[in-house]
Amino acid sequence: MLTIDAAILAAIVAHARRDHPDEACGIVAGPAGSDRPERLVPMENAARSMTFYEFDSKEQLRLWREMDDADEEPVVVYHSHTATEAYPSRTDVSFAGEPNAHYLLVSTRDPEVTEVRSFRIVDGAVTEEPVEVVNAVVDPNAVQKYLFGQSPTTVDYECQTGS
Amino acid sequence: MAIEVRIPTILRSYTGGAKTVEGSGDTIADLLTDLDSRHAGLKDRLITGEGGLHRFVNVYINDEDVRFLGALDAKVNDGDSVTILPAVAGGAFAFAAAQALRG
Repeated sequence: MLTIDAAILAAIVAHARRDHPDEACGIVAGPAGSDRPERLVPMENAARSMTFYEFDSKEQLRLWREMDDADEEPVVVYHSHTATEAYPSRTDVSFAGEPNAHYLLVSTRDPEVTEVRSFRIVDGAVTEEPVEVVNAVVDPNAVQKYLFGQSPTTVDYECQTGS
Repeated sequence: MAIEVRIPTILRSYTGGAKTVEGSGDTIADLLTDLDSRHAGLKDRLITGEGGLHRFVNVYINDEDVRFLGALDAKVNDGDSVTILPAVAGGAFAFAAAQALRG
């Protein structure tokens, strides 16, 4: 299961919406071995494509060294699909090289509904997992609907104080 | 002095879990052959059947991607640091098209 802070998830979705119709990509780093995604790092899509993404290789080296120095690892590797479902393509599976990472896919094909799904991809095998969103705050101005491919087992909503 | 090689998580099964190993050679190809003599199977994960560097990995000498230094023919010297990382890439693209894009 992927447990992710609502603010980080919202920022990932905002990044995907901002870069639409190109695919957006990035990572969320966290302390090594913790499985806690804590530090969002949006990356440039060096391919600047509607159907392909890749990290610039030098930017990736810089980031991976930075994580190594801070004893972090890429807990989440995310990218968007802009015209298709939030499910790993054969290309995604071929490239997936972080066996410990949660591969988070966001589909922006519908402007009003955001699909968010999370997967483990190990040795070419794709396994979907639930997404648990924590620290969610009810936003009275929210117009964005979320569609989770696999319903979260629990969603912790905290009511906004003073409302 | 030897050449330090940083191994990514996905390939540490070949190095007994080690994050860093040492090797020697004049080029990246020589270095990988030398590493493969002690970490059998590692080279096959990095080099394709046609003998080129696999598109799913990035190999760096110090701060430079070897694709810009002659790929497998890139020269290495004692004291250099070589880093291997899985390329982070993908997308909705068909696989054949993705292969063509990365060359």
